[in-house]
Amino acid sequence: MLLDRRTLLMGSALAVIFSGSARAIEIKGRLPWHSNAGSPPSPIQLGPWQFFTPEEAAAVEAIVDRLIPPDPKAPGGKDAGCAVFIDRQLAGPYGSSQGLYMRPPFMDGTAQQGNQSPLTPAERYRQSLAGLDRYCRASFLGKPFASIPDAEKDKVLGQLEKGPIKLDGPSATAFFEIILQNTREGFFADPIYGGNRDMAGWKMIGFPGARYDYRDWVGRHNERYPLPPISIAGRVMGAS
Amino acid sequence: MTKQLPPTDVVVIGLGWTGSIMAHQLSEAGLSVVALERGPWRDTATDYPTSYAQDELRYHIRQDLFLRPAQETLTFRNNARQTALPIRTWGSFMPPNGVGGGGVHWNAETWRFLPSDFQLKTHLTERYGQKFLPPEMTIQDWGISYAELEPYYDRFEYLCGTSGKAGNLNGEKQSEGNPFEGARARDYPTPPQQQPYGPTLFGQAARELGYSPFIQPSGNLSQSYTNPLGVTLGPCTYCGFCEWFGCGNYSKASPQTTILPALVRNPNVTLRTQCEVTKINMDASGQRATGVTYIDADGEEWVQPAEIVLLCAFQLFNVHLLLLSGIGQPYDPVQGTGVIGRNYSYQTLSGVKAFFDDKNFNPFVASGAIGVCIDDFNGDNFDHSELGFVGGGYLGAVQTNGRPILGTLTPKDTPKWGAAWKQAVTDNYLSSYQAAAHGSCYSYRDAYLDLDPTYTDRLGRKLMRMTFDFHDNELKMSAYLTDRLGDIMQKMGPRQIEKNPRTGPYDVSIYQTTHTCGGAIMGSDPKTSALNRYLQHWDVPNLFVTGASAFPQNAGYNPTGTVGALAFWAADAIINRYLKAPGALVPK
Repeated sequence: MLLDRRTLLMGSALAVIFSGSARAIEIKGRLPWHSNAGSPPSPIQLGPWQFFTPEEAAAVEAIVDRLIPPDPKAPGGKDAGCAVFIDRQLAGPYGSSQGLYMRPPFMDGTAQQGNQSPLTPAERYRQSLAGLDRYCRASFLGKPFASIPDAEKDKVLGQLEKGPIKLDGPSATAFFEIILQNTREGFFADPIYGGNRDMAGWKMIGFPGARYDYRDWVGRHNERYPLPPISIAGRVMGAS
Repeated sequence: MTKQLPPTDVVVIGLGWTGSIMAHQLSEAGLSVVALERGPWRDTATDYPTSYAQDELRYHIRQDLFLRPAQETLTFRNNARQTALPIRTWGSFMPPNGVGGGGVHWNAETWRFLPSDFQLKTHLTERYGQKFLPPEMTIQDWGISYAELEPYYDRFEYLCGTSGKAGNLNGEKQSEGNPFEGARARDYPTPPQQQPYGPTLFGQAARELGYSPFIQPSGNLSQSYTNPLGVTLGPCTYCGFCEWFGCGNYSKASPQTTILPALVRNPNVTLRTQCEVTKINMDASGQRATGVTYIDADGEEWVQPAEIVLLCAFQLFNVHLLLLSGIGQPYDPVQGTGVIGRNYSYQTLSGVKAFFDDKNFNPFVASGAIGVCIDDFNGDNFDHSELGFVGGGYLGAVQTNGRPILGTLTPKDTPKWGAAWKQAVTDNYLSSYQAAAHGSCYSYRDAYLDLDPTYTDRLGRKLMRMTFDFHDNELKMSAYLTDRLGDIMQKMGPRQIEKNPRTGPYDVSIYQTTHTCGGAIMGSDPKTSALNRYLQHWDVPNLFVTGASAFPQNAGYNPTGTVGALAFWAADAIINRYLKAPGALVPK
C-alpha cells in the first residue's frame, strides 16, 4: 500500500484517542507504545499476616509443613514460605474469586461439570480452618492442629483427603484439595509471591527458574544444566 | 443512549489471528476497516517482556491473559438428560482475550490437515463403506479440497516464518519430512528447530520400530525471519514459556509479531479495544447484516454500520453471537435440523509417561512446538478395517515445558503429599518424560451448542450451552493410539511407563486443549452447514465467519494452521469474487 508522508504524519498525530476513558482506546496509525508502560508483578510485602488470624496462620504453617515436610536436603512448606504465599494469595484477587463466574443459581453438578460452590477460596479457608480447629480440640484434649504430634497431624490430613473426617462447614476433601494445590504453588512459584523462599523448591528439583535463553543447551543431551535458578526479581529475592 | 458511528466498508469482530489477517488483507485491497476487540490491547514489551514473562503462577495458574468467566462463559453438560451448569473457572479449554487472541498464548504447533481430512465422509465411505461409520456420527466433507487450500497454508506459514522440513514437495517425497503430508509447493520458510534429548530419543525409537519420525512444524522460530509484510521475528531461545504465555522474545508467531505492526499503519484501519459486540444487526429482510452493536469499557452502546461484517471471534463466541443475533436456524438435535450449533467437536488427547533411571532430559529447555512426531497413525494413514474405529492422530514427544507447579511427573502409586511425594518429585523431575497422542474428534448428532435456558452473562444475555461427551469411536481410537505411543516409549528404555488413554465421560474441569471446533460449519449443503465453502453465511451473504467454528469435525492436528489458511482463503474470496459481485458466492 502506498502511503504519502502527509498521511503517515496525520496518522501518527491521531494515533491514540482516549474516548473519555483510559480503557477504551482507539488505535490508528501506529502501535500504542508508551515509554515505561508495563504491568510487572508486585512482590509481596513482608510483615504481618494479611488474611490469616494468628491461630489460622499457626494451623496453616503446620499443615504445609506436613504436606511438604522438611528434610536434611530441602526445607519444608513452612520454611519455604508456603503459608505466607497462601496468606497473600487469599488477601488478593484469587481469594475473592475475582473474575470468576459467580452468578446464581448455585447447584451441585456432576464431577465433570467442575466446581459449583458459591464459596470463594478465602471463605473456604476461613470456614474450613474453623471446622478443623473444632475437630482437633474435640479429638485431642483441647489442642489445636498445630499442637498435636506430627504422626497425628498426618493421620488427620490423610482422613481429610480420603475420609472419614467430616468437618462441620464446607467439604473436608475440597479443603484438602485446595490447600494441597496452594501449597505446591507456594513451593514452586516465583519467590516474589512469598513462597519458594531462596528458590528452595527450584533448587530441590533442578529447575533454573526465570532464565530465558537455553540455546547453548538444547543440543547438549543427557547433561545436567549447571547454573543455579534465578527469580523474576533476580538472584537473591526474599533474602532481606 | 445508543450512538451511531459513521459507516465503514468492513467491521471485524475480534482481533485475533483471523481478524488481523482479514483486516490486513481487506485494508490492503482499499476497504475501510474498523476492528472491534472486547479485550485489551496487548504487546510484547508491556504485557509479557522477558523480564517477567516466565511466571507460571501468574500466566498459567491464575490465567492472566485469558478471558475472565465473569465477563463471558458458557454452561456445560455431558448429555441432554443433564442440567447444564456454568463453567465458573476455566478448565478443559482456555478462551483467549485481548488483541492477538489465542495467537498470543498458543504453543505454535503449526500443522496442515491431510488431504483426506477435507473429504472425510466421502473418503471413509468409499474405503470402508457407509456401515463402517457409527450411525450417530455426523461427519461431513468441508466443501473445499486440500489442493485449493494449499496456497493459503503457504501464505500463513510464510506470514509466521514456520520452522519445519517438507515431506512432500509437489508430490516428491522428501527425506526427514513428514511423508504423509499433502503436497506442498515449497518448503517451510525456516529450517526445523534444534531438538533436545527426549524428542531425539523418541525419534530414534520410532525409526527402529519402522515408523517415519519428523520434526514438528513450529511457529517458534529456529532462526530470525522477516516476513512478507516486513515484520521480523527473532530466534526461539527455548525458554519453555509458550502455551499460556506471551513470548517475550518476539520469536513466537502471533498477530503481534507478524501482522499488527503493518496493519496499524494502513490509514484506512481503525482498531478499538475494550469494545464488546453484543449483536450483529440485520435489516428487515433478514438477509443482510447492517453492522454491529457494541458496548465500550464505559458501558456506552454504539452502532457501527458496515457493508461487510466479519465474525472473527474465538470459535465458541462466534457461535454464541450468531445465536444471540438470531442469524441462521439454530440446530435441533432431536429433529436433526438447523445449523447454528451443529457439529460441535473437540480433540481426543492422551499421553504416556515414562520414568528413567539413567537419563537427564532438562525438561525446561523447551518450546511449545519442539518435538519429534510420527504421522503413521493419523487420519486414514493406516488401515482401519480391522480396528473398529475411524480417525487418528499424531504421536509425538513435544517438549513444551518443565514448569514445576504443574509440570512435575511422579509414578502413579506415589502419594500426593508428604515425604514420599517430595522424594519422588526430586527423583523424577529431570529423568521422566511424557509424550502425547493428539487424536481427532469427529462430530455427532448429540454434540452441539445452543443457548442456556437459565444462566445469563453480566449484560443479561443468555450464556451458550455446550452438550458434549466423547463417543466410543474416539475412546477406542485413543486406546489404540496410546498403545502405539507406549510401544515407542518402551523402546526408549525406561524403568516403567504409564499409559493414560482418554476415558469418558468428558470432564470440562480438567485441562486438555483449547481446540474447540464447529458450531458454524462450512460445507456444500445449506441444510447441514451454516457457511458455504468461502466461509460466507448461506443466508446472509455480507457476513463471513472465520475460525475453527467452521470445522465440520476436528482432525488429529492442532487447528491453527488450518484456521489461518481458511482466513486467507476467505479474504481472497471477498476481494476477488464478492467485491466484484456482492451476493451469494455459491447458489443455495
